[in-house]
Amino acid sequence: MPANTAKNIVKKVQERKVLKGRIIFSGKCEGTALVSKEPISFYGSLDLKTGVFTEKKHELFGRSVKGSILVFPCGKGSTVGSYILYRLKKNNAAPQGIINSECEPIVAVGAIISEIPAVDRIDITKIKSGNKIKIEGGTISIESEIEKEGKKGKGQKG
Amino acid sequence: MVFLTKEEEAMLSGREGHAAKKSMEIIVALAKIFGAEKLIGISSAQVSGVSYKNVGDEGLEFLRVLSKDGKARVSSYLNPAGMDLENWRDFGISESFAKKQLEVIEVFKKLGIVPTCTCAPYLVADIPKFGQHLAWGESSAVAVANSIFGARTNRESGISALASALTGKTAYYGYHLDENRKPTLTVEVEAHLAGEDDFGALGYHVGKIVKSGVPYFRLKKKTATVDRLRSLAAALASSGSVALFHVEGFTPEAKIRGFEAGKMEKISFGQEELDSAKRELSDGAEPDLVCVGCPHASLEEIGKIAKLLLGKKVKKEFWICCSRSMMKAAEVAGYAKTIEDAGAKFACDTCMVVCPIEELGYRTIATNSAKASNYSRNLNGLKVCYGPLERCVSAAVEGKW
Repeated sequence: MPANTAKNIVKKVQERKVLKGRIIFSGKCEGTALVSKEPISFYGSLDLKTGVFTEKKHELFGRSVKGSILVFPCGKGSTVGSYILYRLKKNNAAPQGIINSECEPIVAVGAIISEIPAVDRIDITKIKSGNKIKIEGGTISIESEIEKEGKKGKGQKG
Repeated sequence: MVFLTKEEEAMLSGREGHAAKKSMEIIVALAKIFGAEKLIGISSAQVSGVSYKNVGDEGLEFLRVLSKDGKARVSSYLNPAGMDLENWRDFGISESFAKKQLEVIEVFKKLGIVPTCTCAPYLVADIPKFGQHLAWGESSAVAVANSIFGARTNRESGISALASALTGKTAYYGYHLDENRKPTLTVEVEAHLAGEDDFGALGYHVGKIVKSGVPYFRLKKKTATVDRLRSLAAALASSGSVALFHVEGFTPEAKIRGFEAGKMEKISFGQEELDSAKRELSDGAEPDLVCVGCPHASLEEIGKIAKLLLGKKVKKEFWICCSRSMMKAAEVAGYAKTIEDAGAKFACDTCMVVCPIEELGYRTIATNSAKASNYSRNLNGLKVCYGPLERCVSAAVEGKW
């Protein structure tokens, strides 16, 4: 049997954060965060059938918003963007939830007509792509895996 | 917190039906975002998002759901559609597009919204009153209503204007308030603006600089007319996102409130700036389509075209965009016959921005509209020959720009 050694191991720990924001459209959902540091123009940037970003210059190019909790500073561009969110929802390719730093009309109207839970006035720097997110009304729960260093105790196998 | 009256609460609760509820949800959310303390009643709504090109099948479905119990509560009018609703075949529009576009119009009619299909409702529907609150969603019409009439509206989106039509309300923020209607930038116009194309070039240049601010124009040469200011409005609203401007000595609020030009940031617009703007608006060599009427042509403009076309025949496809009502007025005036005898066409209910022109095979257009030039180049991938009305008509007749 291998000798016990007190060596540093890296453990994965679940960390939970709760943030409170302003309700744009009230609802409940959970999913995986897809985060963009850039604003998003729904008109002209996405494939309507798959929810995949087609705008080459965008940070999220090639990623799909389908089923995600989409986190971004704000919307921009044409007001037809509100209809794009609605079209994505009808095609089952829309995000499950939307989190903004500061919501503007295109996304607000889009979320309301598509009935996608949306919250703003959130510090989006606290959310990383891959985090598990729950939205309930104006409350965001974030579960992330972080790595913590810890020593093994006696009697534990390596 | 947004204060709501009992009537507004009733609509939001769903007691007045699904369409009113959804519409109120939209208006209340916008009120929150814009920091409005309350809502106000409006006199009319101008609904954009009419072209099938923009709303698509899903937009059509969304409208259908609303039309189950939705009804306009105030006078409400429509923006241009994607095609001439009666003569679409003459323009090369496909049967499949036409079928869908007509369905969109039917749903709006069911909602009680009048299919004026024009970006200039002030010419054929309600005339805005000074100080009157509106919810209009056509950027050039917004700038005209606010600036030339002194009425009050924000730049609504198609859906928010529709929500206002179905509730009779809008959020009380932005241009509904006195304090937001003051100018933010003075423009000293030294250049001689000889026609609507020059006013459009001014708007194109200033729009980019002022963005969503409120420009105050001081014209050295007093050549402003209502039609020329409409061109200015359309250009400002499309190259920038201007909803309101003032012209010293001409527009009502400038005359009544007397803004002090001295205290604001100032820019100049001289001959150099004018020539440079017109060069930027023009990148085509020879047009295959001549198109005027952006904003939609007034009776006076149509009369000018008739005079220029009298006894002549066009060699190039030539469209005059206007509302159906205006075309009928042109028939009564005798202008329509002259224009049609020359071989030119009225393109009613639509315009070169929302009609899928590039799909009809055109590559270069000639126009006198800065807004049309901007959108044609950036949105529709066309080349543009930019010049005054006289040159556009001459290009159609001679076959050369």
